Amino acid sequence: MSEPNSDALPISIRGVTKTYAGVHALDAVDLEVRSGEFLTLLGPSGSGKTTLLMVLAGFTRPDRGSLRFGEHEMIRTPPHQRDLGMVFQSYALFPHMSVADNVAYPLKIRGLPKAQMAERVDAALETVQLGGYGERRISQLSGGQRQRVALARAIVFEPRILLMDEPLSALDKKLRDRMQIELRHLHDKLGMTTVYVTHDQREALTMSDRIAVIDHGRLMQLGTPEEIYDRPANRFVADFIGESAFLPASLSDGRLHCAGQPLATRDAPPDAERLLVMLRPERLQLLGDGAAEDAQINRFPAEVEDLVYQGDSFLLYARLDDGTSLALRDVVRRDTLGGLPRVGERITLGLHAGDTVVVADDGASA
Amino acid sequence: MSAGASAVAEADNSAGLRRDQLRERLALFGLCSPALLIVLVILVIPVGWLFYLSFLGADGSFSLENYARMVQRKSYLRIFETTFVVSIATTAICILIGYPFAYFLSQLPRRAANLCLITVLLPFWTSLLVRTYAWLVLLQKRGLINEWAIDLGLWEEPLKFVHNMTGTLIGMVHIMLPFLVLPLYSSMSAIDRNLMKAAANLGASPSRAFWTTFFPLSLPGLFAGSLIVFVLCLGFFVTPAVLGGGRVIMVSMKIASNIELFVNWGAASALGVVLLAMTAAILWLAARFLKLEQLGGGH
Repeated sequence: MSEPNSDALPISIRGVTKTYAGVHALDAVDLEVRSGEFLTLLGPSGSGKTTLLMVLAGFTRPDRGSLRFGEHEMIRTPPHQRDLGMVFQSYALFPHMSVADNVAYPLKIRGLPKAQMAERVDAALETVQLGGYGERRISQLSGGQRQRVALARAIVFEPRILLMDEPLSALDKKLRDRMQIELRHLHDKLGMTTVYVTHDQREALTMSDRIAVIDHGRLMQLGTPEEIYDRPANRFVADFIGESAFLPASLSDGRLHCAGQPLATRDAPPDAERLLVMLRPERLQLLGDGAAEDAQINRFPAEVEDLVYQGDSFLLYARLDDGTSLALRDVVRRDTLGGLPRVGERITLGLHAGDTVVVADDGASA
Repeated sequence: MSAGASAVAEADNSAGLRRDQLRERLALFGLCSPALLIVLVILVIPVGWLFYLSFLGADGSFSLENYARMVQRKSYLRIFETTFVVSIATTAICILIGYPFAYFLSQLPRRAANLCLITVLLPFWTSLLVRTYAWLVLLQKRGLINEWAIDLGLWEEPLKFVHNMTGTLIGMVHIMLPFLVLPLYSSMSAIDRNLMKAAANLGASPSRAFWTTFFPLSLPGLFAGSLIVFVLCLGFFVTPAVLGGGRVIMVSMKIASNIELFVNWGAASALGVVLLAMTAAILWLAARFLKLEQLGGGH
């Protein structure tokens, strides 16, 4: 199983639409999931990401559209014939069966011989680090252990596609952080095409090969974590992923201006009527009084509103002259804490051209 | 008292805390004492009295003749047999009708399920006697069902639905159904709906998913409901009396006739005691079985 799985299947979603009482839960979604990749569907609650996953699993019947696993059209195939693994948000473990019986369930259905079945069950439990837990009852397990059993049950029959519906949302933060890495390693080892649903942007950024940002049943952006974070396609994506403040920018005589000053940017601005500068807390810097003018650094004069200490980092909340609130984040270290201004003090925030991203204002905010 | 000693007493407080705990327990006991008193007056004393009466012979001295009669006379054995046959048949029919209905309810959205539950509860709130006589009106020889069926040409001669086992079972099933459906529905609606989805996702066909996940998990509810129905049937009187027309004689009816016709309290009491003992034995067995079920089910 250490070789990347050559059996992994690509998924092709074309024009999938689902309406509930006139509202589009999915609005003509097109999405190509590459063979063997870890793709995350990311969006706020009610965005349609779970509906899309349920369409993949066969539990939700869309109004129209096409769904292909490899070459095969699957849209009308009942769930039990789709042959894909799934980890449910609530785990959906069978409470009347032992851990081993839960994991053996898909093998029993497939009529595997007993000896082979026991071997596969043991191997799957070993994979999720639950070796020797086979005889336990589900009610005796902790949340993290249940999560692992659900995972073992979903991979034991070596499906070529694995679906996960917010599998870590019930775990505490430390365990969640560890499971994110473990799930990613497991995916790399088994190599199955994985579609993962979450509303947690950090989880998506940590685990995914690519992220599909979804809102109002539409695909807002599809890209690698870096692309999604650094080159958001629109205001919604910029706002939903990471923290961000926005300032209106305008284009005159082919030059960008913001708050009455020329603005240096990394890329050419998108072709849109209204533009916004995205100000991420960790990309801003505090410019000292003596900082020399630099054409590569955009300057924003502001007044300190609040300082919040968070252990590993601090947040400085400031208000620009036009009233916009924004934040600056920096690590807590002797040298960064030394010269901090006090609340009410006037400061100048700097944003390097390489960190200055302009997005189209689509009116949507997360 | 010195300042130091008083500080120690304040810090400890153990005697006071113990007293508070005792007082709380007494208060709780006081709250349930009316219920205990009622149980004593209307249950323990009368049952004890019946128990005593059942061991009195016709001459008023201690005797086992009331119990001996039950074993010796064929008619008594037949009555117990009838009682069990009617109870088992009623329970079985209730399960056949009630299980699919409760399953249907449990899969509906909550609001629709509540609406459907009213259809179960509405007859439940109507007088038992009224419902039993209503069945008599519907089922009798010149009743609505026979008249309509003959008009429609379904059958030619009026069928005998009442004053026999058929009528008794129809009436008893109708009256007992809610006792099965309610506990069954509540246990079914507690089953995670994702379990059937998970089973399907793992490759189980809809029927296989049902039999391997939903059904075993609904067993405790089915068991509880069936037990209530069965035990209630054992002592049922009104419906078999009215719809059985004297042809279906259950223990409760024999008790009534012993008292009303023969004024034989000893014989009636003995029947009552045996019925009570059998019911208790069944409940005890069921409790043991349920416990085993839970050990195996772990829900």
